[in-house]
Amino acid sequence: MKDSDTLRGDRIPKRVITVLASTGMAIMLFILYFLLREGLPVLRHASLGELLLGSYWYPTYDPPEFGMFPLVVGSLAVTALASLLAVPVSLGLAAFISEVCPRSLREIFKPILEVLGFFPSVVLGFIGMVVIAPWLQERFSILTGLNLMNASILMGIMIVPVVASLAEDAMAAVPKDLRDAAYALGSTRWETISRVVIPSALPGILQACLLGVMRAVGETMVVLMASGGAALVPRSVLDPVRPLTSTIAAEMGETPVGSDHYFSLFFAGILLLVITLGINVAAMWVERRGMRWRG
Amino acid sequence: MPAATPKFLVRALNLHYGEHHALKNVEMDIAPKSVTAFIGPSGCGKSTFLRCLNRMNDFILGCRVEGEIKLDGMDIYAASTDVIALRRKVGMVFQRPNPFPSSIWENVAYGPRLHGIRNKTVLQEIVESSLKGAALWEEVQDKLHTPALALSGGQQQRLCIARAIAVEPEVLLMDEPTSALDPLGTARIEELVRELKERYTVVIVTHNMQQAARISDMTCFFLMGETIEMGPTQEIFTSPQDRRTEDYITGRFG
Repeated sequence: MKDSDTLRGDRIPKRVITVLASTGMAIMLFILYFLLREGLPVLRHASLGELLLGSYWYPTYDPPEFGMFPLVVGSLAVTALASLLAVPVSLGLAAFISEVCPRSLREIFKPILEVLGFFPSVVLGFIGMVVIAPWLQERFSILTGLNLMNASILMGIMIVPVVASLAEDAMAAVPKDLRDAAYALGSTRWETISRVVIPSALPGILQACLLGVMRAVGETMVVLMASGGAALVPRSVLDPVRPLTSTIAAEMGETPVGSDHYFSLFFAGILLLVITLGINVAAMWVERRGMRWRG
Repeated sequence: MPAATPKFLVRALNLHYGEHHALKNVEMDIAPKSVTAFIGPSGCGKSTFLRCLNRMNDFILGCRVEGEIKLDGMDIYAASTDVIALRRKVGMVFQRPNPFPSSIWENVAYGPRLHGIRNKTVLQEIVESSLKGAALWEEVQDKLHTPALALSGGQQQRLCIARAIAVEPEVLLMDEPTSALDPLGTARIEELVRELKERYTVVIVTHNMQQAARISDMTCFFLMGETIEMGPTQEIFTSPQDRRTEDYITGRFG
């Protein structure tokens, strides 16, 4: 093969990759542009302050009110409560599968977890409506079982497989050398897990939690079906909420293109993007702090 | 060596990995406050035997140990043995340096903390004396709170020694501790081993016969899971009794 042939052979794949990569980039940028173009016009009719801090979401009234504060709080509340419920369970499950249970059981549990990660959220939402809601209603004698608690439990169930599976990967990737060192110093199994394996796997565990949280922020169907849908700032975990995602999903179909309501729903989409971006940046910061021991 | 009572007394020790008979009828006395070296070709069972001494083989599936190993007269494979206490008494340093991904200080303080020491001043004293004991203090005293993984390989291995001696063990098992180090790092560890025997019983597995000759008092030659010959290092290397030992140390195989 001549030199020029080799060069050409090198150049063609490089070009293909460049084209593919830039197409992907272009699509992402286009989505962002579209979101901004359809979302920002709402600022002509409502100030940023009103949008972010207003407590009344009455987009179809006359005059309409576009206060998204309850929606943002709803999104954050469901995400926070779901994470609070799901993360400890997930990490416990991950530690159990990676460190405690025999290898034969691990071969069974791991694929089950991975498949559960794809469980259709609409089915979960259904379970929330017919199982959890009546139970909550009776147990706490409240008006409706469709509320923050219900949505958070379902969301928690949804993200446990994702977080547990990824956290398990991170724990299983901790070198055997480190476990040996811990055991040789007289650590019990529990001490080895809590003081060596988990701290060593922390960057990966954080990544896993982050993915779970991101999924919770963006999840729509479960909150649409089980959160109750009232655009109020919740005062307790048993109050109904209306997160940004379910608002968009519920209202987008009934709003005329180009109306203020339409623009405001896209603005809600922008807020979602900002929230996920914020969580990402925070996670990066935490991870960098966690990485400082890696030499 | 006419030592007093042996630290370890091993009788009729057999170890199986499933079908594989990895250690065959091993008998051995290990004298306290001395350096005992295990030499032999790869796969001869010397590391496996070392791991029997602090029961690190317990984790290996299908591993079965028969016979007895007595540490100070106590059978360490007896049902009543507290494995955690045993490992505290019998520390271990591994082939590749394996510091935890935390600070130098945290690495050394890990063991003492595990065993209930909370007082910062006490911990600081232990960290300092352990690092001094591992001949590392001079190099790291100004950066105790920096990542252990930023140290060189040789420094990391001495840190692992410091971490092991921080729990005040009586025995130090070393599994080819210099195989991943450069000659300079190796020399420092060897020097250290000679100092360590003042306070600890050291058992070291090595691939390097010169190393065994340089640092050990007693040498044991393993072959195919059997102990072929054990005696004062001087004698093993100058006038081995067994033909196979002679072949190995003169480099005819291995």
